[in-house]
Amino acid sequence: MVLKLNQSEFEVDRDKSKCISCQVCVRQCSNDVHEYDEDDGNILSENSKCVGCHRCETLCPTGSIKIKQRESEFKRNANWTPEHLKNIYKQAQTGGVVLTGMGCDKPYPVYWDHILFNASQVTNPSIDPLREPMEIRTFIGRKPDKLTMSSFTEPGSNKVSYKSNLSPQLKLSVPILFSAMSYGSISLNAVKSLAMAASEFGTFYNTGEGGLHRDLKAYTANTIVQVASGRFGVDKEYLNSGAAVEIKIGQGAKPGIGGHLPGEKVNYDVSNTRMIPEGSDAISPAPHHDIYSIEDLSQLIYALKEATEYKKPVGVKVSAVHNVAPIASGIVRAGADFISIDGFRGGTGAAPQVIRDNVGIPIELALAAVDMRLREEGIRHKVSIIVAGSIRSSADVIKAIALGADAVYIGTAALVALGCHVCQKCYTSKCNWGIATQDPYLTKRLNPEIGTRKLLNLLTAWSHEIKEMLGGAGINAIESLRGNREHLRGLGLNEKELSILGIKHAGEAW
Amino acid sequence: MDYKDYTENLNNEFESIGRENIFKNPREKFVSDYRVPSGCAVFGIINENGGLFDGGMVIDGIEMMHDRSNGLGGGFAAYGIYPEYKDNYAFHIFYNDSLARKESENLLQKAFKILYGDEIPTAKVASVANPPIIARYFVSPKNILKGTEGIEKESKVSADAINSAQEEFVANFVSNFNADSCNAFIVSSGKNMGIFKGVGYPEDIGEFYKLTDYKAYIWTSHGRFPTNSTGWWGGAHPFGFLNWSVVHNGEISSYGTNKRFVSGFGYKCSFSTDTEVLTYLFDLLVRKHGIDLNLVNYILSAPLWKDIETLPEEIKEFLTDLRIIYAKALVNGPFSIIVGNNNFIYALNDRIKLRPLVAAKKGELTFVSSEESAIRKVCSNPDTIWSPRGGEPVIVYIKGKEPMLHVSGKINSDNFIERMSGYGNSFAGILK
Repeated sequence: MVLKLNQSEFEVDRDKSKCISCQVCVRQCSNDVHEYDEDDGNILSENSKCVGCHRCETLCPTGSIKIKQRESEFKRNANWTPEHLKNIYKQAQTGGVVLTGMGCDKPYPVYWDHILFNASQVTNPSIDPLREPMEIRTFIGRKPDKLTMSSFTEPGSNKVSYKSNLSPQLKLSVPILFSAMSYGSISLNAVKSLAMAASEFGTFYNTGEGGLHRDLKAYTANTIVQVASGRFGVDKEYLNSGAAVEIKIGQGAKPGIGGHLPGEKVNYDVSNTRMIPEGSDAISPAPHHDIYSIEDLSQLIYALKEATEYKKPVGVKVSAVHNVAPIASGIVRAGADFISIDGFRGGTGAAPQVIRDNVGIPIELALAAVDMRLREEGIRHKVSIIVAGSIRSSADVIKAIALGADAVYIGTAALVALGCHVCQKCYTSKCNWGIATQDPYLTKRLNPEIGTRKLLNLLTAWSHEIKEMLGGAGINAIESLRGNREHLRGLGLNEKELSILGIKHAGEAW
Repeated sequence: MDYKDYTENLNNEFESIGRENIFKNPREKFVSDYRVPSGCAVFGIINENGGLFDGGMVIDGIEMMHDRSNGLGGGFAAYGIYPEYKDNYAFHIFYNDSLARKESENLLQKAFKILYGDEIPTAKVASVANPPIIARYFVSPKNILKGTEGIEKESKVSADAINSAQEEFVANFVSNFNADSCNAFIVSSGKNMGIFKGVGYPEDIGEFYKLTDYKAYIWTSHGRFPTNSTGWWGGAHPFGFLNWSVVHNGEISSYGTNKRFVSGFGYKCSFSTDTEVLTYLFDLLVRKHGIDLNLVNYILSAPLWKDIETLPEEIKEFLTDLRIIYAKALVNGPFSIIVGNNNFIYALNDRIKLRPLVAAKKGELTFVSSEESAIRKVCSNPDTIWSPRGGEPVIVYIKGKEPMLHVSGKINSDNFIERMSGYGNSFAGILK
């Protein structure tokens, strides 16, 4: 039986009049799309191998290459789309699960794009952030109901003393952190860029379950160390070296399933960092096998707090699923200091496509529901909420905060700043941008100093934009926007969506 | 019976009252669903010796700022006006019609012992149209009277505890009443104080209520300039809750955040006004959390991080904690407020002073006002006159009523701030 197994998705359009056969494209492509024919001095391109990462196009010195989406030659069918057909052909051939990388790319509604932000006119002056103070400092951690003072004035002495009994807090200079991305799933140079940028800007990056590489120990003050179901790289030193600990229960791109780092990616360094034998598969089980219920989670939270002597906030990361609001409530009661919620559009290094595209709910709805539920139960202040799952711009950040988030995690956006073109082939370890790969030939393409600068620029730019939007709304401290849904309006949403988001429709006044 | 049982009893009693909904047929709703931003004039006077004076001066002052209001709301708060009932709660209530009045009075009788009740005397003023029925009652929570005897016998409950349980009962009653009812509205509910307000220019409202017949040691007043709405009697300022009265000029950009914050502590924001949420913030911070009035500005108009950074470690830590814990109580956006209570007057601006506020002192009188003109109108030659900086409060206590220092468990700042000035002027001066 002959099947046309794969139609190529992209087409390399090479302008022969501009091409000087310098072979940059040949050397840059890890997928072997381009081949130099020594006999006639021409470069040939094999379309079917192209993943659309745009590396060759970006680096071509004469601008002769254009990567184009190839028109499908399948019979048009709104139901049996080329994607379904191709997946079936692949599976019929291999019997395997279709893998993919990055976040869900299906055209589900993006609620951020149906929410509009407010600005002041007349009755309330807008504030110019270039001339007036504008504060976006953020604290992550459990807050008490009220200020209590153990001793305020010492009797008989003239000294005033104040002793803080606040739980440990993370201080962020901007309400944006870098998401959990493990060393292993991404290159050490990529992790270094994140760590250095977090450290310089005054925010945090997250180790994922990749352990803590020795080169990253300089940045531990800005590191959130993750404890995931595989427990890779976890020991007392690891826990205590971070500024906070995050227990990973789930990930937005693949709720309910574990992870698998193939043995080929487990080189000497990765093996050392993860504390597993070189070349062995690193398999994270779907659940934590010591957490089969909420009371087990509570035990792990307190075990980690004991291990870190109650000096560090301990958080829990869950993916946004249907029941996320009561789950979050349970997590607060279990003792977590912060909850990270990862929406279904959140990225991944590798996930079964069917899970990524069909499981979980959008972060906008999950956040609104969780914030509302915790507030109704009077426990919202006991926990900070960090949301993730496709925060694409400063506008998404500000909308998330107005919906009730304390801060956001950015993963894909940070990788895009490092050069990622979202070709979704992270699981192949052939990333031409030196990000999602361990191949030394590829990883050296990402210079961590330059990467750091790009990330700093991104944070700086978003901070400016956040301040402009805050000032426009007549607010000069980000805490006054938190949960301030009065500043949001929906556009093109139905009653139910508006009620879940807890916002009015555009055109409705206060 | 100990304090806990006592409070529990009170709550049970309240629950049993609360279940009967007397407002079964809501007609026109008394409150607005929408928040109405407004510009305003505010003016307040205190005699720090507690000397009484009539409403003439405060009316003269607020009238001077006529152009800051548009006739859609004016009002006054007065402290010290009911000395003969000073230990009872004085309720001023608006009724849309006599049915609402009958139903409400039934409810009041169940919950309270009513010592005296009448309609507030008013004068006919051409510009003040369609007033509701305006009644007042001097009341004591009923079961408190019952309970007190038992308590005195066993004398386990202090007078303070009774007082605060009583306050909590009244607070719950008033906020539930106002949230449920559509045709009746409790305007003020404090002791020895009253709020007089309505739709009209403030000077006309003053004449309407014959305020020159009342003598008080604190007067505050408000002229309103709402940007929409036809104006409704309940929405005029001052907003009253227990002994608090708040007049406010501004639009709070942090309204949603603040509202959710106080809601978390059981306050019902049924009037959708900035002033209501400000009042609850004061009640929560000062009455419930026991935070010294002198520290409230470090929460509502918190100092900037860059200023906090420059302070000595201990103060830095304290102010940082205060900002972290009460982040959602930071009031953002332009405002100037005058808060009245039985023992003090308190005026404050937002932290970058986006609305006007002027203060002056002449002998035993202190004035706070939106504009200097109003002060000069009633006091042409004050001893001192100044413009408080953003976030810098004006606090004047009635002499002898200043809070005790070093109350255990309470945050007492007087002393704190004073001693901090030992660090150079930095702490007191950070807002300057």
